[in-house]
Amino acid sequence: MSASTKRLASWREIPIGGAITEPGNSVKRPTGDWRVFKPVINQERCVRCYLCWVFCPEPAIKILDKPYKTASGREWKITFEVDYDFCKGCGICVEECPVKAIDFIEEVK
Amino acid sequence: MEKDLWIRIPLSSNYAAAHAVKDVDVDVVAAYPITPQTTVVEKIAEFIANGELNAEMIHVESEHSALSACIGASAAGARVFTATSAQGLELMHEMLHIASGLRLPIVMSIAARALSAPLSIWGDYSDVMNTRDSSWITIIASTAQEVYDSIIQAYKVAENPDVLLPVMVAYDGFTMSHTYEPVYVAKDRSIILDYVPKKRPSWNVLDVEKPITMGVVANPDWYYEFKYQQVVAMEKSPEVLKEAFQEFEKRFGRRYGFIETYNLENSKIGILTYGGLYGTVIEAIDYMKKMGMNVAAIRLRVFRPFPYEELLKAIKNLEALIVIDRAISFGATLEGPVAMELATMAYKKGLDIALHSYIASIGQRAVTEEDVIAIVKNTVALLEKGVKVTEKSIYWGVRL
Repeated sequence: MSASTKRLASWREIPIGGAITEPGNSVKRPTGDWRVFKPVINQERCVRCYLCWVFCPEPAIKILDKPYKTASGREWKITFEVDYDFCKGCGICVEECPVKAIDFIEEVK
Repeated sequence: MEKDLWIRIPLSSNYAAAHAVKDVDVDVVAAYPITPQTTVVEKIAEFIANGELNAEMIHVESEHSALSACIGASAAGARVFTATSAQGLELMHEMLHIASGLRLPIVMSIAARALSAPLSIWGDYSDVMNTRDSSWITIIASTAQEVYDSIIQAYKVAENPDVLLPVMVAYDGFTMSHTYEPVYVAKDRSIILDYVPKKRPSWNVLDVEKPITMGVVANPDWYYEFKYQQVVAMEKSPEVLKEAFQEFEKRFGRRYGFIETYNLENSKIGILTYGGLYGTVIEAIDYMKKMGMNVAAIRLRVFRPFPYEELLKAIKNLEALIVIDRAISFGATLEGPVAMELATMAYKKGLDIALHSYIASIGQRAVTEEDVIAIVKNTVALLEKGVKVTEKSIYWGVRL
């Protein structure tokens, strides 16, 4: 959030020496706007192998209890989706996907 | 001073530094040998080997690593120490800013030495003055006793929660680092530890029970505020230094301030310098007294924070001030680093004082009492010619 919309803390209110004293607070700081290319999972081709989830360094691959039925009739109990609030667009999932089910699309604003 | 609490032994300033480290019960020492600092750490190693100090000695591959190890250990809550000189201090330079930026109360001694090239292992203050803007509190001692006492005081100031800045204690390479003087050291370090108790760290420390992250990125929205915290810490430090000096005097009877003066009352001309050279200036002043000339000596003991209030009191009745700098700020308006401070101070406080900047003792070029007297005579002649501020610094003793 930019300074114009939110009052940022003064020097008195921030930890001495820039120490981060609250562990695990990265969930509060969306970093998805760093992205230039956006991975999009093609649910038709995805074989639910978990490799994108394994390799994602963020991690920004969500495993959802959301059933999916492909056009050919194959039923999956789970769905993989990209968490765009945190995906920085590194492209590792795109590279690692063994069935080429992740498209890498340029972000156009 | 209660005599039975102290023993008087001959020590070089390097050994005095090592004794102070032992007596404040430092936990971690990381250092790399460099002339003329080496014997500080050799002595500490001896104390550890003899069981007189229970500390971790980390043998590192460079000064950059030495200060890095100190930063890590201090971040874990340890009381840490390192020592260096010249090129070693330059190699640490990046870490100097990280130590102060992380607000870690590290204490370092510096046997001040000239910088290469050409290579010189001899004493001057080029290395110390290069650290000017690194947000370290800088004390410059002029006797071995003062080295011992200043390192003890340094921990008291550095670890104060209102300060949390690293402190360096500098002294002349060779002329002090390797010269023996009688020094009072504590018979039992408990009296020192009563003055600088080891308690729960007052700074953010790494603790598995309460995890934190140190050394993070601060983007343009945040960086400035962290630097301003350092500005405020430096602004608060004079009060903390003053209290530390006063409590030290009350407990141990040895008096220290931000500056020291000699023969100030009767003089119109003063000589300001720092480090061991002050002793030579005092001798010269005694000679000049016998010759019927009254000249004052002022010693800058604390360089950062710059003690302009104390200096103002000292110089306000002087007509002329000679500043003998022991390092060169190449290309500056006045090339003496301390002379520049004095010029700023004179302007800030509207002082009507002549300011003559001299550079001397570069690469340990000898400065004798005769030189000091000649400098005063030179300044008297310049004053007669109406020179208020030297156009540039006067390079005393250089072959022209």
